[in-house]
Amino acid sequence: MSDLTVLPAPPNTTLRRLMRRKLAVLGLAIIALVVLGAVFAPLIAPYAPQEQHFDGLTLEGAPLPPNATYLMGTDLLGRDLLSRMLYGAQTSLVIGVLANGIALAIGTLVGVTAGFFRGWIGSALMRLTDLMMAFPALLLAICLAAIFSPSLWIVVMVIALVNWVQTARVIYTETTALAEREFIAAERVLGASTGRILFKHILPHLVPTVIVWGTLGISTTVLLEATLSFLGVGVQPPTPSWGNIIFENQTYFQAAPWLVFIPGAAIVLLALAFNLVGDALREVLDPTQRGRS
Amino acid sequence: MSANDKTAGAAVPALPQSVLSVQGLTVSVPGQDLVKALSFDLAKGETLAIAGESGSGKSITSLTVMGLLPPQVQVTSGAVQLEGRDLLTLPEAQMRQIRGGRIAMIFQEPMTSLNPVMTIGAQLIEAITAHEALPRAEARARALEALTAVRISQPERRLRQYPHELSGGMRQRVMIAMALALKPDVLICDEPTTALDVTVQREVLDLLHDLQRQMGTALILITHDMGVVAEMADRVIILRHGQMVEEGAVAQIFHAPQAQYTKDLLAAVPKMGKGEGAELQISVEPPIARLTDVQVRFDLRGGLLQRVTHRVHAVEGVSFDIRAGETFALVGESGCGKSTIAKALVGLVPHQGRIEVGGQALNALSTAERRRLTRDLQMVFQDPMAALDPRMTVGDLVAEPLLIHGLGTPQERAARVAELFAQVGLPPEAMQRYPHEFSGGQRQRICIARALALRPKLIICDESVSALDVSVQARVLALLGDLKRDLGLSFLFISHDMAVVENICDRVAVMYLGQIVETGSRAQVFGNPQHPYTRRLMEAVPVPDPAHRRPPLPRLTGEVPSPIHPVGQGPQRVLLEDIGGGHLVARADAQSQAAA
Repeated sequence: MSDLTVLPAPPNTTLRRLMRRKLAVLGLAIIALVVLGAVFAPLIAPYAPQEQHFDGLTLEGAPLPPNATYLMGTDLLGRDLLSRMLYGAQTSLVIGVLANGIALAIGTLVGVTAGFFRGWIGSALMRLTDLMMAFPALLLAICLAAIFSPSLWIVVMVIALVNWVQTARVIYTETTALAEREFIAAERVLGASTGRILFKHILPHLVPTVIVWGTLGISTTVLLEATLSFLGVGVQPPTPSWGNIIFENQTYFQAAPWLVFIPGAAIVLLALAFNLVGDALREVLDPTQRGRS
Repeated sequence: MSANDKTAGAAVPALPQSVLSVQGLTVSVPGQDLVKALSFDLAKGETLAIAGESGSGKSITSLTVMGLLPPQVQVTSGAVQLEGRDLLTLPEAQMRQIRGGRIAMIFQEPMTSLNPVMTIGAQLIEAITAHEALPRAEARARALEALTAVRISQPERRLRQYPHELSGGMRQRVMIAMALALKPDVLICDEPTTALDVTVQREVLDLLHDLQRQMGTALILITHDMGVVAEMADRVIILRHGQMVEEGAVAQIFHAPQAQYTKDLLAAVPKMGKGEGAELQISVEPPIARLTDVQVRFDLRGGLLQRVTHRVHAVEGVSFDIRAGETFALVGESGCGKSTIAKALVGLVPHQGRIEVGGQALNALSTAERRRLTRDLQMVFQDPMAALDPRMTVGDLVAEPLLIHGLGTPQERAARVAELFAQVGLPPEAMQRYPHEFSGGQRQRICIARALALRPKLIICDESVSALDVSVQARVLALLGDLKRDLGLSFLFISHDMAVVENICDRVAVMYLGQIVETGSRAQVFGNPQHPYTRRLMEAVPVPDPAHRRPPLPRLTGEVPSPIHPVGQGPQRVLLEDIGGGHLVARADAQSQAAA
């Protein structure tokens, strides 16, 4: 009876499957490097980030390109760029991971609630989302940041409040489609409670979407923080963040390209690393993809 | 190979005008042959059926002929010749001219083959002008002619309509019109009627038959349904795992099959009888479920204020009992309300009227009582892939009902799951795997195991075997029969397939437009069908016997009337009359309306 033969299951854990992907390992390595740099910044940074070095500027007052003393060169005020990058990683990671994480959580909650329960709750939540989408995000962020006195935590809250909207929209659409699937009807027939259906059968299917939006969101949040810092409502100088390093120095881009290029590359690399890990996680967590690649 | 060559060689002199010739065709994906050394010839005006179960390579064969193979699938050897031209080496630009122009194809699912945002007319005209440089007006005339040829009502109007405005049968007619508008030499039909209702299938098969005779088109019919093969084909090729198992004239295949596989395949086909067989002893116990004047209506909103303007009368005044230990079948075509009754029983849609399960009226129960009741009442859905959460292992899925109702310790649950797997004939190793790793029949077994987990009294099977291959279908039906006998279960078996119903049910109700038009025991309904609609359903079933000649019937083109009525109005209620021994038939005055 051919329909009664079953292949043996391959023994596998999620972590082992993840580690088998070279690109995922590369992504994890980059993230680990940035995290270590941020955590141990006080130990490994050659100088204090705010310290202005007398020999950090040329006699004409121009910043120094990378050299033996200042590995990444110095900025307009004669501060060591490497030290500022290491301390800036703290800010950027907090914002990228925390602000983005809060935004994802709000977005998922709103999207799932609206998509699963529909009715007037759903309508109200989605109209609110539409309203937020129509309102210029930057303007909202500036207003909020201006009302509260600017600090890192305010920036995190502001970014979270602005960035949940897209996630909510996408999750809403997916949830409405999922709720109509037959296996959800099958669960109801078994007598499963709403909570069980939501947590055991709807949320696991949203994980891939959440991961993709989460990893994509990290780069946009880091950049949004940079924009806010540039406008003076973000992280306040002299605290460094990768975003405000770019914006402090962007007018001198032609004379001192390393000042923009190095933090820019760091943001791109971090975002890319998160995307690689996110992609791999999405595939590894999906049982229907198992056994491929 | 040599044997195939010989039969092909022998066929050529008898049918000199071979249009399409396939020789030694092998199609593979890396590491596996999907079709192995297949050879056949197709004569002008001939119908060749390629029959086999899913995965036998029949669709791959047709895609190869059309030059539409997906990129990872390669033709490794062999030739496909259309009147002497090798199609496999033809450049894509020339292949495009042949495709549609000389060889046309009809797919299984007409809705997905038509573009939903283009009118029928625009699509037909596009297909015609892609091959012949005709002025628009002339192309339109040709399109209209094609629609008239496939006997579509109001062809002028259809040209301006969109695919979603047409019924499934009409869409398939449009596909046939599109395929035949260019008068191709070869028409490939890949499961052309599998997605259609029986009576619609009948109409489409009749139509294909008539058109083929008029135009002399050679037809390749790809199907798993041996009934369709018997009625349509001149010659048959039986495929299994990509290899030809047997080839021969249709009469020879059906009356003197050589290969064991062909015999098995034919034996698995459910046959219509006259309702003979042992009658179930009517039990004196109270019925498991009793439906009294059940109605299910869906509101349609319209207008500026989104007020309810119309209602879909999906189920209208349905009453029946399901007794302990019996299989009660609901049969009818899509849209007749049979699945809605199942959903109302398990509480997926609200209903009016009275549904009693185990003596308790569903509408009077609290949520908690209702949850308890779900333990007595379980359902097996049509598509097992859709009904199983793809992110859970099947072991977890089968254990889930126990977990939901908080039954047993983890060890007891594990033991029960193992027992259930054994009961449905699956090995215990299967528990660690995910639904997509199983075949359709295995998945349906998993769904059955899940339904059994709570030891229910009644299991509702909503088209549970319709999506399966015949041989798998036969085995799943046998399993259901065993479970019924061993566990004393009752079944509500919902199907559109009269032949399957006749083979499994004890009592049956025929539904039409939300109402029951005939009900009784199997012997009463199948042995002495009274209502014209019942007879029409029975006559529409393809008979797996090429010698069988159906009585000449008027060619049907009618459309099922709509169950949508404005608020305050409703369909005319059918009155059932007992013609003896509990055989209820709709009264004659209402019949004329229902059968029209």
